[in-house]
Amino acid sequence: MAEKVYAGKTVSVTDDGYLTDPNQWTKEIAIEIAKEEGIELTDKHFAVIEYIREKTLKGEALTIRTIGKSGMVDTKGFYELFPGAPLKKASRIAGIAKPSSCV
Amino acid sequence: MKKIVILGAGTGGTIMANKLRKVLERDEWSITVVDKEPNHYYQPGFLFIPFGIYNKHDVVKPKASFIPAGVKFIINEIDRVEPDKNTVYLTNGQILEYDFLIVATGTHIKPAETPGLVGREWRKSIFDFYTHEGAVALQTFLKTWEGGDMVINIAELPFKCPVAPLEFAFLADEFFVKKGIRDKVNIYYTTPLSGAFTKPKSSKMLGELLQEKNIHIIPDFYLERVDDENKKIISYDGREVKFDLLTIIPVNMGADWVARSGMGDDMNYIATDKYTLRSEKWENIFVLGDASNIPTSKAGSVVHFASDVLFDNLIAAIEGRPLIAKFDGHSNCYIETGFGKGSLIDFNYETEPLPGTYPLPGIGPFGLLKNTRINHYGKVMFRWIYWHLLLKGKELPLESQMTMAGKEL
Ligand SMILES: Cc1cc2nc3c(=O)[nH]c(=O)nc-3n(C[C@H](O)[C@H](O)[C@H](O)COP(=O)(O)OP(=O)(O)OC[C@H]3O[C@@H](n4cnc5c(N)ncnc54)[C@H](O)[C@@H]3O)c2cc1C
Repeated sequence: MAEKVYAGKTVSVTDDGYLTDPNQWTKEIAIEIAKEEGIELTDKHFAVIEYIREKTLKGEALTIRTIGKSGMVDTKGFYELFPGAPLKKASRIAGIAKPSSCV
Repeated sequence: MKKIVILGAGTGGTIMANKLRKVLERDEWSITVVDKEPNHYYQPGFLFIPFGIYNKHDVVKPKASFIPAGVKFIINEIDRVEPDKNTVYLTNGQILEYDFLIVATGTHIKPAETPGLVGREWRKSIFDFYTHEGAVALQTFLKTWEGGDMVINIAELPFKCPVAPLEFAFLADEFFVKKGIRDKVNIYYTTPLSGAFTKPKSSKMLGELLQEKNIHIIPDFYLERVDDENKKIISYDGREVKFDLLTIIPVNMGADWVARSGMGDDMNYIATDKYTLRSEKWENIFVLGDASNIPTSKAGSVVHFASDVLFDNLIAAIEGRPLIAKFDGHSNCYIETGFGKGSLIDFNYETEPLPGTYPLPGIGPFGLLKNTRINHYGKVMFRWIYWHLLLKGKELPLESQMTMAGKEL
């Protein structure tokens, strides 16, 4: 575990750069993490990120498939917003834990 | 007379019927098992059929021979369950009421979920080996195939037996080497995972093994559709992989009756307490094996370990005691790696697969995350154990709780 400063705030992060405490998250932090991922956040990004935060903090395990079926964004659109590894990138920007697939 | 109904007579349903009939008084409890299929398939054996190591008949036996006397076995399809009325409806109109219900209807491939998959190339140059028919069709195809690009794909997570596509890749490599055409075959392993496997240590070990065998891994590949006209698979981020032979693990989903009953999530898995194995919603419903949403592998070994816990908790529920037995997510999988060798992983909800040794009284130790001959024999022996001990609910020299003994941190 390490500490990092985003938007003037010190937060603790895992080795892969995910916030360890989702309560430390702010929109400003999200914008800076997104920059590290090479993504400029738009309203659409935020809508998806907030959806992911809400569901995850309620204890639901999300997959690319469930997000694609959520009505928020379809799978293709999700990839366009967060290219390459959408769920991992979106989770990191949303300040929640790295999605883990069970073995 | 009180009633227990078991849905599904696969690995889990058969084990539970045997365990329960031994202890529940016949004049107090009736046990009924329902399955739509008269045949029991040894699914781990499907892996070996494409390469002619097993044949069509080596993996099938009648289900009825594993259902103990005193248990009613109905061969019919489940239409739906009304959990608030404790009632099961079969498609032939039969109605079953229950005091306790055990759901063990597993998970199954749904190729139609992927556009273009079930088209003109299905079972011509596109195969699955997760069904008996698929594995047999692939065997026929491979007998005369002369080489080209063989693409292995995993369409969606989760899928049952998460090591099976890796084993398939390793065995394919051996098969083509022995046939003398390995230089004419390119093997591509396309997966939605970021590496060969999920957790870091096993992913590294298995990734290195793929590399050693010259199997090209294409990670983070999430399948959108199959272009069967141009023989390509296409991912959501627009990457294309051309194939001459596509071996795919199609989308896996829980049984359709779960959807018809409104009892599952969008993959038809039933929300289950991961420790007690009781449904999160209905106190008199327990869920065993692949049908549940517990966060561990969908695998026969998990079903076996979980069956001990489910048994204890069901008896506790029957007697009105609290459910104290706790499942730890224990999974134990032999991995065929080709050329008479194998590897082994052992893990649970908390502990990722670690290297070391796996103690097994009388036979072991087996090597964890190591590539050895004895691990291969473990896998070969397993078929015998499955038919003769496991399905019958007999004691195996395996603890249902995972142990840290022998593991290296
Ligand atoms: C290729 C392959 C290799 C594998 N290798 C291994 C391995 O090496 N090790 C390991 O531990 N596991 C392995 N597995 C996984 C293992 O076979 C399964 O996880 C295990 O059989 C699951 O048991 P289950 O009781 O949950 O479901 P199943 O055994 O699949 O049983 C489900 C039953 O429900 C019935 N059913 C479904 N829907 C209905 C309906 N509507 N009406 C009536 N009946 C219905 C089906 O006919 C079936 O008999 C492998 C699987 C495959 C496909």
